[in-house]
Amino acid sequence: MMRKFDPYPHVWRLPLLLWQGAFFVVPLVFMAALSFWLVKNYRMEPAFAFDNWERMLGRGAFWDAYWLTLLRACMAGVIASLIAFPASLFLAFHLTPQGRRFALLCLIVPFFTSFLVRAYAWQVILAESGPVNAVLGGLGLGPYTMLNSGFGAMVGYMTLVLPLVVIFQTWSLAAIEKSLIEAAANLGASPVRTLVSVIIPAAKTGLVLGAVFAFIMTFGDFVSPFYLGGSKPPTLTILIIDTTKSGQQWPRAAVVAIVMILTLFAVATAALKAAYGRRG
Amino acid sequence: MKPLSGLGWIYLLALFTFVFAPIVASVIFSFNSDRFPTLPLGSFTTDWYVRAFGRAEVWTAIGNSLIVAAVTSFLATFIGFATAYTDFRYGFKFKQAYLALALLPPTLPLVIMGLAMLAWLSQVGLSGTLTGIVIAHVVLATPFAMAICRLRLSQMDPSLEAAAWNLGAGQWAAMRYVILPFCGPAIVSALCLTAAVSFDEFIVAWFVSGLNRTVPVMILEILQGNVDPQINAIGTVVFLTSMSLVIAAQVLIFRRRRDG
Repeated sequence: MMRKFDPYPHVWRLPLLLWQGAFFVVPLVFMAALSFWLVKNYRMEPAFAFDNWERMLGRGAFWDAYWLTLLRACMAGVIASLIAFPASLFLAFHLTPQGRRFALLCLIVPFFTSFLVRAYAWQVILAESGPVNAVLGGLGLGPYTMLNSGFGAMVGYMTLVLPLVVIFQTWSLAAIEKSLIEAAANLGASPVRTLVSVIIPAAKTGLVLGAVFAFIMTFGDFVSPFYLGGSKPPTLTILIIDTTKSGQQWPRAAVVAIVMILTLFAVATAALKAAYGRRG
Repeated sequence: MKPLSGLGWIYLLALFTFVFAPIVASVIFSFNSDRFPTLPLGSFTTDWYVRAFGRAEVWTAIGNSLIVAAVTSFLATFIGFATAYTDFRYGFKFKQAYLALALLPPTLPLVIMGLAMLAWLSQVGLSGTLTGIVIAHVVLATPFAMAICRLRLSQMDPSLEAAAWNLGAGQWAAMRYVILPFCGPAIVSALCLTAAVSFDEFIVAWFVSGLNRTVPVMILEILQGNVDPQINAIGTVVFLTSMSLVIAAQVLIFRRRRDG
């Protein structure tokens, strides 16, 4: 006996497949194909050539940008984790559950506010004649040049990633069984020993995920290096934008994009393994 | 523990100050007469607002942003809810891949997304249109809608739906009278949050938009010129809009519930 076709499950299942298929997967696959096309007289022509790949990967400037972006993303992951950790510890162990929830909800808000306007505000705050230098000048220091430097870019990266890192860390720290910590104290472990041997291993998942999200967001951020870091030397995102906007060189920009995706995929895979792997 | 706790509060306050400094500063600068603000502040003025909102192109951009955000939020919330319900109700082959497709888009750098969208949409003749921006924003916003609806569904007893079936309700009736009412606050919350995501997104919109600029794309283009405090005025309005949307979304989903 044939069962009657039931449309019900498909009404709920198909929208995602159709939309993300047509407008997420297909564009990415198309971009990958585009990296093998050729540009002649400012027009793109379908082809299967490795010209763009050879041109981009053979360029010293590309690799300079690659290592700079990778280094900055690693630094942002480490620095954000270190800055966030004391705050997360405090949020997880000294606040009431209600207080903690309120603090985390507050931290979610900036994630959804215009990063562009926030970067512009930093441009003004950190300017040569801006408020920070005015305060430092009152103390007889400076003025310091903070914009258009690695420092400026890092301020931008931290603004972008710190809230998220704190949320991840606090979430996993607050989930630790309190009896585990008391047991360590009862067995005579010092606070530092408890932190290193009990708390950090138990919260590993959130700590790693926080660092990885900081890495991913920094790696793909264009606003901080462009508006606060002075755009020179360029990062990979700046390279993509410059290449895209100059003379229809989309295929070369696609090469950069694919190298970025492969890098992110490798880092994310390794990190997930570390986050959810056996505790060693 | 007392002194340690004091230090903890100071550290937490410092971190929050850093995170919120640019938002607060932007609001303050928008009412400050100096073109290059510093300390001490200049005098109070609403001049930047008058100038910024006296420009016709600002209103055009606001109109574009509102249209894109409204359409995006409806589409993304529908797809997000449908996906969350599928995950809640059904197990099937390749479900892992299905969920990956549902949640991955926000992890892709926006610049890459912008390039891929630009290349693809110009192939199908949609680049430079508001439709193109909506298409891209729905891709980016759907995962947030899905997450909110899924969170709400996980608070529902799965036997509730089965009980409705046993009482003679068809699948559609159970959806209409049991699941949708239960998910109501989450759906409104998702509408707010996805609207905020669309309202603030500028990189993909910048790649795709052409002459049809949204508010953040216009800010981006002003920024490429010179320091202009009008940005603080426009930015303050943008902050207020997206923060209201996000806070509304949070209140709706995390409010103390009497129903369960």
